[in-house]
Amino acid sequence: MRVSEQRLTAASFEDLAVPLFDQLYNFAHWLTQDKSEAEDLVQETYAKALRGFSSFQPGTNFRAWMYRILRNSFLSSRTGLKTMVVLDEEGGDSLPTETVTPEVLFLEQANREMVQQALEELPVQFREILLLCEVEGMSYQEISETLAIPIGTVMSRLHRARQALRTALRAKIEGGRHGM
Amino acid sequence: MACEQWRGDLDRYLDGELAAAETAALAAHLRTCTACAAEVLERVQLKRSIQMAGARYTASADLRNKITQSIAAKSKSGMARQWRLILVPALVLVIAAFFLIGYVGQQRAARQRIYGELADLHVSTLASSTPVDVVSSDRHTVKPWFQGRIPFTFNLPELAGSDFVLIGGRVAYLEQIPSAHLIYQIRKHYVSVFILPDRAPDIKDLPSGTADAHSFHMETWTQNGLRYFVIGDTGEGDLQKLSKLLRDAG
Repeated sequence: MRVSEQRLTAASFEDLAVPLFDQLYNFAHWLTQDKSEAEDLVQETYAKALRGFSSFQPGTNFRAWMYRILRNSFLSSRTGLKTMVVLDEEGGDSLPTETVTPEVLFLEQANREMVQQALEELPVQFREILLLCEVEGMSYQEISETLAIPIGTVMSRLHRARQALRTALRAKIEGGRHGM
Repeated sequence: MACEQWRGDLDRYLDGELAAAETAALAAHLRTCTACAAEVLERVQLKRSIQMAGARYTASADLRNKITQSIAAKSKSGMARQWRLILVPALVLVIAAFFLIGYVGQQRAARQRIYGELADLHVSTLASSTPVDVVSSDRHTVKPWFQGRIPFTFNLPELAGSDFVLIGGRVAYLEQIPSAHLIYQIRKHYVSVFILPDRAPDIKDLPSGTADAHSFHMETWTQNGLRYFVIGDTGEGDLQKLSKLLRDAG
């Protein structure tokens, strides 16, 4: 969603921003884990975006811009301040790559709720990058713009987020088995 | 293990972030390597489960309405603001034009009033049985007569060699200012010359030059703080000649 050098008017804002509403809300709810907080966050995001639309640079990615506003609003909120943990980005590539895993089996059994639960339990940085990549289908470049991190960090963080999710799922499945 | 070199690329491959050549190479490897193919399958499934699990929350219709309405309202006010950007300067221009027209109109009205007053003075003086209070064709008689009658002094031209004859003078009041009113004759025509300090507001603003005042021709100018009016029913050429004589004398 590159915005060309068109005139930025409130009308064009409407055309660009309204279609993102459902995705933004989903993302907001995932971040906040709370319905009313998510609603407040989306409203805040639209209000800020509308106010700042004149400063949006045509030719840059509008979706990434909107998500960045949402995310920054979340980070400066009380919930956001509590949830963000400092990630050690350096360790990213040194994580061992899982080679032999029973994941095919696990994932066949893993139901949607289990994945959702695992996602909820992930650190918010892992959760958000997985959502941006898998649910929003953003490119690494877009994710980099949204999260304001270099592409290399996008790749390493994504890798670690997937690893963390796999580990969490495995723990759940095994926990479930032990519990049975 | 030969596959190690590929494993690091699998995510980028599945995320569509590998370059075309690398993608082709990896795809070729996957056709021959079951271990890597299985790994890819797992990852695809993980991606799918995240996709499915991630699309979880739906906003209420209420929130959607609230936001679309606030955007629509803002875009209306944005439009209003844009209109304001056009309307305000336009309005300012209109008001400025209005005042300018008013000012110009006022100026013109003042000018017409003064010209009318001069024409009236000229006509009524000539119609009077005693048009002038000092009757003399000698400027050295007329000029001193004004001493003590008007609060300023002026010079009168030598008329020898011209067609003009000085008839005499009187004191006139123009805009409540005592003025020297001189009457000249040229052939059968009479010409009035008014000289007064150039301080009455409406007079001060009058442009110098030729004008028509109620069917009379008129010349006016300022010189040494004095305002001169030359008015008569003679041709413009005569008026200009007399004006020049007066100017040269003043």
